[in-house]
Amino acid sequence: MTDDVDRTPVEDADVCVIGAGPAGGIVADRLAGAGREVVVLEAGPRFDPDDRLARQERAIRPAYDRPDVWDGDPERDAYESTGERFYPLNHARARGVGGSTLHWQGMVMRLHEDDFASESARGVGADWPIDYADLRPYYAAAERELGVAGADDNPFAPPREEPHPMPAFPPSYSDSLFAEACDDLEIAMHSVPNARNSEGYDDRSACVGYGTCQPVCPSGAKYDATVHVERAERKGATVIDRAPVQRLEHGPDALEAAVYATPDGDRYRQSADAFVIACGGVETPRLLLLSESSHYPDGLANSSGLVGRYFMDHLFAGTGGVLDEPTRQNHVGFLTSESHQFYDEADAEQAPFKLEFFNYDGPSPVELALTGDDWGDDLLARLRSDYGTHIGMGGLVEQLPREDSYVGLDPSTTDDHGNPVPDVHWTVGDRALETIERVNEIQERILDELGAEITWQVGPEGTGPAYHHMGTTRMGSEPTESVVGPDLRTHDLENCWIASSSVFPTGGAMNPTLTIAALALKAADHVESAFRKAV
Amino acid sequence: MELTRRDAVAALSALGLGGTLAGCVAPPGSEPVDTDRLRETLVAAAEVVYPSEVSGIEPFVTAFLEGRLADRAHVAGLEEAVAELDGNARVWYDAEFAALSVGDREQVLRNVGADDADEDPSGTASERVRYYVVNDLLLALYASPTGGELVGLENPQGHAGGIGTYQRGPNA
Repeated sequence: MTDDVDRTPVEDADVCVIGAGPAGGIVADRLAGAGREVVVLEAGPRFDPDDRLARQERAIRPAYDRPDVWDGDPERDAYESTGERFYPLNHARARGVGGSTLHWQGMVMRLHEDDFASESARGVGADWPIDYADLRPYYAAAERELGVAGADDNPFAPPREEPHPMPAFPPSYSDSLFAEACDDLEIAMHSVPNARNSEGYDDRSACVGYGTCQPVCPSGAKYDATVHVERAERKGATVIDRAPVQRLEHGPDALEAAVYATPDGDRYRQSADAFVIACGGVETPRLLLLSESSHYPDGLANSSGLVGRYFMDHLFAGTGGVLDEPTRQNHVGFLTSESHQFYDEADAEQAPFKLEFFNYDGPSPVELALTGDDWGDDLLARLRSDYGTHIGMGGLVEQLPREDSYVGLDPSTTDDHGNPVPDVHWTVGDRALETIERVNEIQERILDELGAEITWQVGPEGTGPAYHHMGTTRMGSEPTESVVGPDLRTHDLENCWIASSSVFPTGGAMNPTLTIAALALKAADHVESAFRKAV
Repeated sequence: MELTRRDAVAALSALGLGGTLAGCVAPPGSEPVDTDRLRETLVAAAEVVYPSEVSGIEPFVTAFLEGRLADRAHVAGLEEAVAELDGNARVWYDAEFAALSVGDREQVLRNVGADDADEDPSGTASERVRYYVVNDLLLALYASPTGGELVGLENPQGHAGGIGTYQRGPNA
C-alpha cells in the first residue's frame, strides 16, 4: 500500500537517526533542539493516535494475536530462532514511530552501582566503561524527559539527587495483602517508578485506568516515544516512516549514506555528516551485518567480531495462587510495588534479581468472557468463579553475556526486501536458571505466609524473556573487545554512534528503558560535541 | 442489574467508537443497510448470551450498535452473520431469528456452531457469528461498568474507570 507522503531524502542533513523508538526519538529531539538538521528513518509506519482504542479492542479480543495490535507484518518482521530457547521476537517488539514503547509496560528503574561493575564487584560478566556516577545526571534528565512517577521510598535503589517528576502511584489493595506477609518475613516493599502520569505531565493526561497498558495505552498517560519524535519534528526534524534502511554505505573510516526503501518500491540514499543507529538489540546488529563490504567483510563496525554477540534478555520467574478472599486484580495494568531487597546479594553464583507484586494476576473477566462455550447465566457463573481471588508475583533475573548467545543473519530466509532475516540464537546459562529457583523459593515463602494455595509457577524450565533485547553491540574501552566506546561511537567509524540497549555490556535485572533513555541523552551530547569540535 | 446509558457510552468509548447516542445513525457507504434487522437480531441474541439478572438490554444494544454502524467493514461482517442466523432459523423454525423464543434462539446459535467456535472476523460462518454477534455483545457488556460489577470488578479492562478502584478493598 502506498500513500502520498514525501519520502525523499533531506538535503544537507547533519544527522541521520535510524529508528524512531525512545533512543532515536530522544537523540533526534536533542540534536534538532541544538539546531542540527536531523532526519529520522523508521522502518515501520506512523500510527494514527485516533486508532488507539481500536488497537485496545484487538488487545482484548482473542481473534488477534499480540503482534496484530501494532500491525505486525509477518513478511517484514520475519526472523529465525535457533538458540537453546525459542525467542518470540515479534511478541517482544513493536515496529513503527514510537518503537517498542508503544507496547511496553513502562517501568523505569535505574541500574544499581554494581551493575556497572559486574566483573569487579561480582566476579562475572563485564565491567561497563562508565559507572553509575557518569550516568547519574543523565538518569535524572531521562526521568524528566519520560515523565516518571516515583517515590524516594526504596532503600535499595542507588543514590539520587532530586525527587521524581511526579508522585508515585499509591499502592494497590493487593499490595496491602502482600505487605502483611512481607512484614512478617522482613521483606521490604517499596513503590515502582512508572513512566506513566500519576498527574497531568508534559501536556499528557493522568492515567485513567484503561487497564491495557501492555500493549496499548489509549489515553497517552503512559510514555511512548511518539512524545520525543513529535517534539523533534516541532523543532525541525524530518521523520520518514515506512523507510527501512537496507544498508549503510561507507568508506573505511566513516559512514556516507543510509540506503532506504519506500512503499512505492523506490530506494533512496540519505547522506549526513553523522549517523546514530537506534534500532534496538536485534535490528541494530542486523543492519551492521547487512552492511558488510570488502573493507568490513564480517559486517560494518565489526573489527572486534562482536557485532551481534552477547545477546541478553531478562528472565522471568513467577509464582501465583489463590486466596480465600477477594484480591481486587485487573483494575489497572501496571505495578505499584516491588522489592529490590535481594538485588545486591548478587555474586558469581547468584544473579541480581527483583521481585514484583502483581496487580493483574489471574484472568481479566472481559477476556475470559470471549472464550469458552458458555453464555448467559452459565458464563457469569464461570466468570464469578474464576475471577476475584488470584494473587501472584513476578521477578526479573539477570542473564550473563555469553558469546554463544547472539543475533546473526539467516541467509536461507529473507524479508519483504530480500534481506536475510535476523537469527536470534538465545542462550541463557546456569547462573540465571539457578537464580530463578531462588526467586521461586522467596515467592513461595511470601505466598505461603499469605495463606495462598499456589496454583502456578514459572521456574527454570518454563522461564521466558521479558522482551528486553540487550548486548549485541557492547560498549567498552578496548576496540578488540567491544563495538562502541564509552562515548557510544563505534570504534571503527568516526561518524557513527549507537543509542540502544545493544550497547549494554551487562543487563542487570532492571527494566532497561530508563538506561536506554539516559544513554541516548549521553549519545546526543557526544554527537553535538563532535559537531562543535569540527567547527 | 440494569444496563444504563453510562454503560453504553462506556462500551462505545472502550472500542473507540465515540457514539453520541443522539439517535439513529446511517452507516457510511452507498449500499443500503437494514439497521432494524441488525438491531432486532442483536437484541434477540443478547437476550440469550447476557445473564438473566441484566435488564435494560434493548436500549443498551441499540446504542452500542449505533457506534458499530460507523464502521462499514464491521457492518458488512455483521450483516453476513445475521443472515447466517436468519437462514438457520428459517430452515429449522420457519421464522427469522429475532422472532423466535429465547430457547429457540439459543438452539439456532448452537446450530451454527457459535458456542464451540473461536471468534474470527474472516473465518468460517461459526467463527464469524461468534465474532460479530456473540462476542461483540459480550465485549460490550463485560467492558462496561455494570458488566464488570456483575463479576465484582468496577473498572473492567477497556473501561477508563480511573485509578481509585484498584486501591480500594472489597468492603470499601
